[in-house]
Amino acid sequence: MDEFLREFAPMLAEGLLDTLYMTLFSTFLAYVLGLPVGVLLVVTDKDGLKPHAALNRVLGIVVNILRSIPFLILLIAVIPFTRFVVGTTIGSSATVVPLVIAAAPFIARLVESSLKEIDRGAIEAATAMGASPWQIVYKVLLPEARPSLILGAAISVTTILSYSAMAGIVGGGGLGDIAIRYGYYRYRTNVMLVTVAILVIVVQIFQEVGAKAAKWGDKRL
Amino acid sequence: MQPIIQTKNLCKSFGDAPVLSDVNLDIFAGEIFGVIGRSGAGKSTLARCFNLLERPTSGEIFFGGTELTSLKPAELYKARQSMGMIFQQFNLLMQRNVLDNVCFPLEIAGVKRADARKRAAELLDVVGLADKAKAYPAKLSGGQKQRVAIARAIAPNPKVLLCDEATSALDPETTDEILELLADINKRFGITIVIITHEMRVIETLCTRVAVISGNKLTVEEVARNG
Ligand SMILES: Nc1ncnc2c1ncn2[C@@H]1O[C@H](COP(=O)(O)OP(=O)(O)OP(=O)(O)O)[C@@H](O)[C@H]1O
Ligand SMILES: [Mg+2]
Repeated sequence: MDEFLREFAPMLAEGLLDTLYMTLFSTFLAYVLGLPVGVLLVVTDKDGLKPHAALNRVLGIVVNILRSIPFLILLIAVIPFTRFVVGTTIGSSATVVPLVIAAAPFIARLVESSLKEIDRGAIEAATAMGASPWQIVYKVLLPEARPSLILGAAISVTTILSYSAMAGIVGGGGLGDIAIRYGYYRYRTNVMLVTVAILVIVVQIFQEVGAKAAKWGDKRL
Repeated sequence: MQPIIQTKNLCKSFGDAPVLSDVNLDIFAGEIFGVIGRSGAGKSTLARCFNLLERPTSGEIFFGGTELTSLKPAELYKARQSMGMIFQQFNLLMQRNVLDNVCFPLEIAGVKRADARKRAAELLDVVGLADKAKAYPAKLSGGQKQRVAIARAIAPNPKVLLCDEATSALDPETTDEILELLADINKRFGITIVIITHEMRVIETLCTRVAVISGNKLTVEEVARNG
């Protein structure tokens, strides 16, 4: 055991940091893209604040196409683009690119469904008070959906985390990379098991913290 | 005297189904005007036309002399700030406390935060909920929620307050309290009140005139007052 720790602990620690960096940075960038798209999907819907059938359809189709590409294929398909943006195609920073492309449309749908849960009456009251569609978005939709948006963020982080592990296949860095290099190529099963255990624990923590935060901030409870 | 709300040949249909046809109505400043009719008669539709939550199929709506259907969006938002509205289901913001709910229309109107909070606190006093400023709507009774909604609706000093079945979710005693509050607001601030209801009792307690909607048509009557 001591032997094992001495040999692998530094590497696992570094892998964990890489994984956290990839996951959190990708989640952040994916929200920068996905949140506005989710809002637009709701606003331009036929019952939305500013219905716009054409824009709504185009956004919906783009989101659906991106969401239907399996992540492993996306990972490989975007390699030229990754090289162009990051300058390399291996390591954690390179993995951020496919992660963001895969997660942004997923997040757009999560945001869309969170915002659609908002009571129509509250939106109507704000409209009657003279709020503009933009004011309704940032003063009614987003704040009222806060608990649901936080839960969605927890789902996003954990999903992106598991995707980041998959990127290990193409040398993506982080814990997934270690699991594949040692567990699959070198038959060091115990390294792989420890790596997977760490991933499970991290997912648990994100999920728990997200659920607590959503509940704690929900004034309906 | 110029009416505060006036409709001219107002027609509204949903698809092929006409709900209101050729409605000509004058509501005058300072009065408490009732609208009554069966369920589905088109009362809410009429009230929602007054602030253009619902666009009429044809006809004109004047608010304080301004025709609403031809306004640009920004002008319409401005006009709506002079018309408060309360609802059967209260429609408060559940993630804001009572004080911040009342501040909402003031934020919309661009009132400074400190001034908005001061004004909101005054209004919570008017509706008798000063002690609930920091509470969240989920913790309030129906009657209290409606009081918050009233404070919120009159916070920006509107000329008109539209009440769509404002007491229909409340028990008879609470209904009386809310009606009393509305009468008080009408007297103290001179706000014109439009009461939508299916209960004759509500009309009899408050209104000076009433519009009866039936079969897409509307007839206006004086309300007989005994005492
Ligand atoms: N958005 C809508 N789309 C289609 N039909 C509608 C819509 N809103 C109202 N209607 C129809 O218009 C008619 C009038 O509805 P409205 O809500 O104005 O009635 P109401 O008099 O307020 O009834 P209630 O007392 O039940 O509130 C009804 O037949 C209703 O089904
Ligand atoms: Mg109604």
